[in-house]
Amino acid sequence: MSKYYLNYLDELESEAIFVLREVWAQFDNPVILFSGGKDSILVTHLAKKAFYPARIPFPLMHVDTGHNFPETIKFRDDIIKELGAQLIVGSVQDSIDEGRVAEEKGKNATRNALQITTLLDAIESNNIDCAIGGGRRDEEKARAKERFFSHRDDFGQWDPKNQRPELWNIFNGKHFEGEHFRAFPISNWTEMDVWNYIKRENIAIPSLYFAHEREVVWRQDSWIPNSEFLILEDHEEIVTKKIRFRTLGDITITGGIESDADTLEKIADEVSGMRQTERGNRSDDKRSESAMEDRKRQGYF
Amino acid sequence: MLDNNQLLRFTTAGSVDDGKSTLIGRLLYDSKSIFEDQLEAIENTSKKKGHEGVDLALFTDGLRDEREQGITIDVAYRYFTTPKRKFIIADTPGHIQYTRNMVTGASTANAAIILVDARHGVIEQTKRHSFIASLLQIPHVIVCINKMDLVDYKEDAYNKVIQQFEEFSSKLLVHDIRFIPISALNGDNVVNRSENMNWYQGAPLLHTLETMHISSDINKVDARFPVQTVLRPQSDDDNRDYRGYAGRVASGIFRVNDEVTVMPSGFTSKIKSIDVLDKSLNEAYAPMSVSLTLEDDIDISRGDMIVRSNNKPEALQDIEVMLCWLNDDAAKPRAKYSIRHTSNEQKAMIKEVIYKINIETLDRNTEDKSLNMNDISKVKIRTTKPLMVDPYRENRTTGSIILIDDATNETVAAGMIV
Repeated sequence: MSKYYLNYLDELESEAIFVLREVWAQFDNPVILFSGGKDSILVTHLAKKAFYPARIPFPLMHVDTGHNFPETIKFRDDIIKELGAQLIVGSVQDSIDEGRVAEEKGKNATRNALQITTLLDAIESNNIDCAIGGGRRDEEKARAKERFFSHRDDFGQWDPKNQRPELWNIFNGKHFEGEHFRAFPISNWTEMDVWNYIKRENIAIPSLYFAHEREVVWRQDSWIPNSEFLILEDHEEIVTKKIRFRTLGDITITGGIESDADTLEKIADEVSGMRQTERGNRSDDKRSESAMEDRKRQGYF
Repeated sequence: MLDNNQLLRFTTAGSVDDGKSTLIGRLLYDSKSIFEDQLEAIENTSKKKGHEGVDLALFTDGLRDEREQGITIDVAYRYFTTPKRKFIIADTPGHIQYTRNMVTGASTANAAIILVDARHGVIEQTKRHSFIASLLQIPHVIVCINKMDLVDYKEDAYNKVIQQFEEFSSKLLVHDIRFIPISALNGDNVVNRSENMNWYQGAPLLHTLETMHISSDINKVDARFPVQTVLRPQSDDDNRDYRGYAGRVASGIFRVNDEVTVMPSGFTSKIKSIDVLDKSLNEAYAPMSVSLTLEDDIDISRGDMIVRSNNKPEALQDIEVMLCWLNDDAAKPRAKYSIRHTSNEQKAMIKEVIYKINIETLDRNTEDKSLNMNDISKVKIRTTKPLMVDPYRENRTTGSIILIDDATNETVAAGMIV
């Protein structure tokens, strides 16, 4: 009987598919939050598996900060076409233009926190009752306590001290009008698991993850890409380096690492030897000890 | 990592002083699962608090309130990988007021680590943690006798704890209990074999976790497939005639051509195909997520269960359950709740509280009929429609339920069917 067990990747896959099917069964109007990053690409791939041969039965939603890598937007549009899926875009620029939020000032200004308002507005205006995300518990300490089905009150806020207990694989998605849930099918995956699975399944990901030549500037311990949004300090200098990105966020805050890894095999090898967490290159997480928790309480991804 | 590497989920319960956080920090640190930036953050915090060296325990403290108070109040999940296995730790607080968190962490665990302070031996808390492991039917229990450095690494202290533990554990239903003498602080027998305890012939903790046989823990006899949803492609897709029943095999093995019965309707058919995205399979076993198609056109929906015709669960409206109350608000007598059992949801009423367990002494109290937060009680529940159930000790998936309060939508209780 010894062959009747799953290896760790198959078990993680099966768990994620189970969660995605529960979302579909328990909610009226779910969406996948799609950023074009590897985690949301993975969730989309798993959703394809969960519902095959039917199409993914819900839209993908992108919260567009306007500070994108052009590669990410092209990748997003390609995948939408391939899946025959519907795309909902929530625009941070629109939120700014409508006066819902104010742009941060200064050289380290980002639109990261502004996304919260745009996201919650898009959830409300599209009547979404569950937003499926690619968050993983290994990413950050506040996420270590996140549930698979995570309740948000009618202000979109997370109350980490008053979460619903989640036992076995019985998920409770019951909610009142105006409240919504976040669902995290890949909660139990680590960065390494994600890469091993992407490699195994040969899932297409944006070219930004592979080593490539790019104009960058050294700032806050990582290589920040040159873009129209970059404001150079006097002592800073733009150089060309062979780099790749471990995570993809806004082009203004996502730091790259020097690397020669230009295939999935090489990336997986490189990641297995990494001594820094992937979010270590994200300046949004460096702001304070509880930066992620504070944003999550307000309704962040 | 190799392709056949398995996933092992284990739970740890412990309170502030017994070294649980240090043990987890040690496992992560010595297995090189702590990243440099995480270590740096911990070093800074350690300095701020005036600790000498690096306080590994800080690594497991997640939320701001917990960091401030130095306690773990919720279940936190940690991950590490070795060349042999991937591990998920459900890290739970140990005090009696967090029984519900311990129960939550235990519900999915393959193994439980119970920490005993070598100086104090088996105490009430040890009994409580062991009882929860037994109640939630965690297949493997590892008793780590910690702080051996404080008893001069003496074998006597270790043997005394084993004897104390075995005296009371005969009352419990745990099949596999192991004992390991460790010092989490100094790393003895955690990842590396201790040089201070040559009298101990067994394996260190990590090796035990890496090699423990877990593939026979899943029930492979009783084939159960709770239907989550029905897959019917839209008319503009290919495969428009496809009608698949999506779900995760709860237990047992299903093969193409198996005679199956759909419960509760009782209709029978044969399995036509077992499908996943890229291929069709000859068989599916727990815990695989697949889509089943049947030879006959039968009305099947979410909440139904497909089972092998020669081995069916019981369809019951009256069940006896070991119930753990999870909510601040106590149960209201004869109140109605929604009950969730696999993908099935019905209404239910708690008809009778048979007894409450004193989880410090394991004594039964038949007088106190209240159900308050953290209480574990044996109750009788009646449901509006039958549930297709197996006893929890035979099947953790089809033997478990939760209760939801319709007034708040909160999950108020979790139960194991007797």
